[in-house]
Amino acid sequence: MQRYIAGRLLLMIPTLLGVAILTFAIMRVVPGDVVVLRYSQSGAVPQEVIDAEREELGLDKPLPQQFAEWMADIVRLDFGRSLWTDRPVIEEIKGRFGISLELALLATLLATALALPLGVIAAVKQDTWVDYVIRVFSIGGLAMPSFWLGILVILGLVVAFRWAPPLIFVPIWEDPIENLAQLIWPAIVVGYRYSAVATRMTRSSVLEVLREDYVRTARAKGLSETLVIVRHALRNSLLPVVTVLSLEFAFLFGGLVVTEQVFNVNGLGKLLVDAVAQRDYTLVQALVLIFAFIFVFVNFLVDLLYGFLDPRIKYT
Amino acid sequence: MSALFLSTRDKWAGVTHMLRSARRRPSIALALVLSIVLAACQQGQQPVGAGSATAAPTGVAGEQPRPGGTLTYIVSAEPPTFDGHQSTTFATLMPASPHYSILYKLDPADNVSKIIPDIAAGMPQISADKLTYTVKLRTDVKFHDGTKLTSEDVLATYNKIIFPPAGVTSPRRGVYSAVESMTAPDPSNITFKLKYATGSFLAGLASPWNYIYSAAKLKADPKFYEKNIMGTGPFTFVEYVKGSHWTGKKNPDYFEKGKPYLDGYRAVFIGDAARQTAAIRSKQAMIEFRGFTPTQVSDLSRALGQELAIQEASWVCVNYISFNTTKKPFDDPRVRRALTLGIDRWSGGEALSKQTIVKGVGGLMRPGGPFAMPDAELQKIPGFYKDSAKSIADAKKLLADAGVSDLTFKFLNRNVNTPYEPVALFVINEWKKIGVTATHEVKETAAYLADLRNKNFDVGLDFNCDYFDEPDLQLAKFYSVAKPDGTAGLGAGLNLSHYNDPKLDGLIDAQGRETDPTKRKQLVWEIERYAMGEMAWQVPVIWWHRVIPHLAIVRGYRIGSNHYTSMDMASIWLADQK
Repeated sequence: MQRYIAGRLLLMIPTLLGVAILTFAIMRVVPGDVVVLRYSQSGAVPQEVIDAEREELGLDKPLPQQFAEWMADIVRLDFGRSLWTDRPVIEEIKGRFGISLELALLATLLATALALPLGVIAAVKQDTWVDYVIRVFSIGGLAMPSFWLGILVILGLVVAFRWAPPLIFVPIWEDPIENLAQLIWPAIVVGYRYSAVATRMTRSSVLEVLREDYVRTARAKGLSETLVIVRHALRNSLLPVVTVLSLEFAFLFGGLVVTEQVFNVNGLGKLLVDAVAQRDYTLVQALVLIFAFIFVFVNFLVDLLYGFLDPRIKYT
Repeated sequence: MSALFLSTRDKWAGVTHMLRSARRRPSIALALVLSIVLAACQQGQQPVGAGSATAAPTGVAGEQPRPGGTLTYIVSAEPPTFDGHQSTTFATLMPASPHYSILYKLDPADNVSKIIPDIAAGMPQISADKLTYTVKLRTDVKFHDGTKLTSEDVLATYNKIIFPPAGVTSPRRGVYSAVESMTAPDPSNITFKLKYATGSFLAGLASPWNYIYSAAKLKADPKFYEKNIMGTGPFTFVEYVKGSHWTGKKNPDYFEKGKPYLDGYRAVFIGDAARQTAAIRSKQAMIEFRGFTPTQVSDLSRALGQELAIQEASWVCVNYISFNTTKKPFDDPRVRRALTLGIDRWSGGEALSKQTIVKGVGGLMRPGGPFAMPDAELQKIPGFYKDSAKSIADAKKLLADAGVSDLTFKFLNRNVNTPYEPVALFVINEWKKIGVTATHEVKETAAYLADLRNKNFDVGLDFNCDYFDEPDLQLAKFYSVAKPDGTAGLGAGLNLSHYNDPKLDGLIDAQGRETDPTKRKQLVWEIERYAMGEMAWQVPVIWWHRVIPHLAIVRGYRIGSNHYTSMDMASIWLADQK
């Protein structure tokens, strides 16, 4: 087990290095740079100003040198400074990380609370009106873009109550009500889509398990239907569901780009989009690297969780 | 417009009543959602009427400013730097200007052309040869750290702007190319010595970007102000949370006694247009100072009725069509003239004003502004004829003469909807009428700017915005990109049609050195006839038009012809909210 864990952790290094190389290369291939953009609002500025600024930011150096310097900094856990604001990248990310984490947790909580019971009920009541309603509900979640639903939610709140979610984030420990008043709405919108995926996965997984011999045996032993479903069917159908839930959770850290814009939530997704649009290379590179790390790490945790959920799985 | 708003308000009253019912009877919730969606769709289709709205009063006559309260306003972009001297975007001015003073400013009650002293004690004393400007400073101005402002601070500030030290960028130093030297003969006077007389120097001293900085801070670190705030303005800095908000509180030591009226302000950063509208509609924010689209205005007007005030004004902002003159056939003036002739700006301004933030037809100077060419003269220039049939016929003939009757090219644009997309689509549609096929090539801002600067385009939609009606500012992008000796011209990086025209350079220089306003105006018009009509180097499409809907409780703000000035918030106050 320890050997397996060590091996998986070591494998993260080439994965993250690959991500770093790709991100660096892609950002340099995309036309335009941060300096031109900084001055873009007035139409244009003289070339000499642009050149001087590029030199100051080190953008005039050869690309291999820029990459080597960045890598050397990363090894020392120095993510550099934002090219747009000149503030440390870690500071830029720190303020947003908690918001994205809370939003991801809230959405996951809502999605799980919806998906597991609905998926099981749909499977147990297969091809009845209950199943149809749940399937329509889930397909709705998949079909409706979250940002569109978000706009509708805001419009509905403003029209009905002349109220909109707060514009400024307040940490949950300072004012839980204000905090939830801002984050609950995007969490519901995102959680709905997220639950739709998980509901369908739970349904098909439970359906598959319900046809297994050991479920028939459990029923033959005279166990109640609730016990059969909860203890035997649900637990054994959780592997794919856990995979979906955890990958979605990792995605939510940086993937809520449009939803964060719509609700004006100051999270990592919004930060990434702004950074890409501003060609803030150091910030984009750091963010993508962090997202990649979260994905790889969550995957690793899920693999470990498999052993707990299914004792037949052994790590060597 | 009133009739339109009245009828639509009635519709909204019905929807609102349904919503209240829905809270009691959830069974009609579905119908309710559909109603909201339908109502929203209807709003988008209604003519906005912004064109007929009048500038709302900034307060009721005789009303006395009421102290107190916090102004919350929307800023649609994030500041790339705190340093006004280095910035070129409103995103710096809107949140940061309340912390600073400048030498001269636009009178907030006018906000278009009347220049008044800010930290200056009066208007400058100008020598008979118009080469020396002496500015006497107020003696009661203090920085937020308690130190007294002197002429050394003003001198250090203008040295940073006009003669920046190594490693410090100053994008507008070219505006002050007439300045030979500056001196501070005593703590309350500063003198500017010019190389030649110019009619634009006072406007340069009223630049909203020229925050007065502390000489001591600049001496310790010339880049101090890129990341720190410390001025003499009406509000002191509280905090900036990137991506979220910027706050300031009243400066009790502000030199203008009785001001500011507000206890503080909060600028919230919201990029999404729908969220901006929702913020004002739900009264989370009170105003956005740049300008809303007719659809947003219409939406707010219907929802808020009398609780909303609407101000509008023409804007020193315009989209230009830039031709890549280094590429055939756009090096041929006949082709460029044909393409400007193909655009019926008069009907376009009328139609586009209903859907986006453009309206006025003008030349290189803002229509209605002090240097604007009269319509009767303007209509003699190709591309501005009232007779669109004649324009189309002339354009087709020019294209045929140039041997490109079936001209096809890519029209480069940025992925910003307002107003770029509708303006570009209008132009493309107009060109179809003269047999020209232009493909709309939309790129995100960074790629778009890179293509424009690197000559990697055929024809592009460029833009220009300024803080003042001043030919030296508006004509700066018409200078040649290179001088006859091959060195960089004044238009390098600004002139995105990438041409060289020594004759035009001479004309622009001449108007800048002309101090008689009437003669200067004639010179500017001559430039317009030559640059837009004869050569068609870069041609304006339709001038922008600002419409600001804000909560009626916001008083003391008067819309101007730009979105850069009167941002210190010193004169703004909030009326009783009941």
